[in-house]
Amino acid sequence: MSTIGYESWAVDLADVGPVYPFQGYEVLMVILGVAFWLFFHRIQFVREGAHLEKAKHIGDAEKVAKALERY
Amino acid sequence: MDGNLNALTTIFTEFYYWVTVVFMFLIHVGFCMYEVGASRRRNHMHTLMKNIMIIPLVTVTFFFFGWWIYWAFPAFPLFGGLNHEMGAANLPWSETMATNLSDRITGVFWAAFLLFSWTAASIVSGSVIERIRSSALWVHAVLIGSVFWIIDAAWGWHYDGWMVKYLGYHDAYASGVIHGIAGGYALGVLVVLGPRIGKFSADGTPRDIPPHNPWLLTIGLFLIYTGFWGFYAACNVPLIAPEVIGGEIVGTTWTATNIYLAPTSLSAITFNFLMSLSGGLMAAYVVSKGDAFWTFSGGLAGIITASAGNDLYHPVQAMLVGAAGVVIVYKLHFWVERRFKLDDAVGAVAVHGYAGFVGLVISGFLLWGVPSSPFEGYAAINPVGQTLGAVIMFFVLGFVPAWIVSKMQAAAGVLRIPEEVELQGLDYAEHHAYEDAKASIIEADKAELALRTKAS
Repeated sequence: MSTIGYESWAVDLADVGPVYPFQGYEVLMVILGVAFWLFFHRIQFVREGAHLEKAKHIGDAEKVAKALERY
Repeated sequence: MDGNLNALTTIFTEFYYWVTVVFMFLIHVGFCMYEVGASRRRNHMHTLMKNIMIIPLVTVTFFFFGWWIYWAFPAFPLFGGLNHEMGAANLPWSETMATNLSDRITGVFWAAFLLFSWTAASIVSGSVIERIRSSALWVHAVLIGSVFWIIDAAWGWHYDGWMVKYLGYHDAYASGVIHGIAGGYALGVLVVLGPRIGKFSADGTPRDIPPHNPWLLTIGLFLIYTGFWGFYAACNVPLIAPEVIGGEIVGTTWTATNIYLAPTSLSAITFNFLMSLSGGLMAAYVVSKGDAFWTFSGGLAGIITASAGNDLYHPVQAMLVGAAGVVIVYKLHFWVERRFKLDDAVGAVAVHGYAGFVGLVISGFLLWGVPSSPFEGYAAINPVGQTLGAVIMFFVLGFVPAWIVSKMQAAAGVLRIPEEVELQGLDYAEHHAYEDAKASIIEADKAELALRTKAS
């Protein structure tokens, strides 16, 4: 058994095409990939919104003034 | 890959594009350094993160749908339907979009285009620093990097694109297809986003917001120059036989070609890259009275202006085109800034957008009547086609979608960071957590030292 369809390299390479694992499940792999990408945007968007909302109220005037001076 | 010559050509081409990809990575490094150098200390980490995350987000989306767009869209929608045959081999679930011993070129060719996508997105990123939300910018990065620039490439940077066929559009090193569209896109976002706090005084006079670190800016720009060499090489097909092209070229002389499969040479583009860089630097030095930022950026703008025709120009033409473009770009930048209160933090709209636009128009005159393609029946290069092409790149595919999406983001309140956060800096929380942690551990170490001193 081999996940790539070849159990030995005793082959004529002219006859070899794809050699990645789980051939035949490409569409499923892409669906998982797209879900991962969209999940990233969702989680980042929510976290950034919460962070900015919190950040609006944490600035100490003295420290902010120092930060402005530091350029 | 049967036959020695065929094998050698395949391996050479594969390696050639792979090297261009490595070189082009330096463009992104340069953009990151440039942005951090231009931003103020209180925004460094967020500025860097905003640009770095363009890499994965544009990469995965270019894999999922960007690459398919390039092959499916050359005639779509006005001049034919989707090209399903060419598109199918480049869908993300295609066997050739993976480890496949019968296809050795798709991955590196995909990556060469992908690095252009990063560049397009990164150009937009620089202009909006210090006030855009990262989440908003990353939506724009996916749109410019994996949708709009690659649509323009299918139309005008493809041997079968409708703009090449019917307009005679010629843009060998991407004056319009990368720089024009990215500059236009940045402008569309900036118009809605607005300037940074303090950029304009009460009477509307613009204030300079100098870079906190001009040296980082300089190294960043020089890295962009370096990566631009890879960009130029990636725009060529390095070696191809006339019978493989299958056009009107006769004989058996192999050649390098531009993206349209029309002949050029590495020698030509090396001459013209350096001469347009030089023309840009010299003109920018003169027009800006030796301002370092504008002189270095002017070198870049010089190359970008000449890029549309740098496969065919004489080196002196490349130099003069680069110089002329920079003067226009410089004047236009300050006029637009004053007139429309536009805060383009790194001059990206000017250096990329205006330079790309102007370069396309100039090339229409200089290359008037030159065949745009080795295939029969294509329109020749002409000023009208190039000007229309510039409008399509800058406004239709750049400015308009950016403006619409930014308006939607602004209406939803998710485009710009709150004013309080802009003033205190995006890194405020991280910076003070760092300062507090530092103070705490120093205090602990001092206490330990005092304890030991007392004991001994």
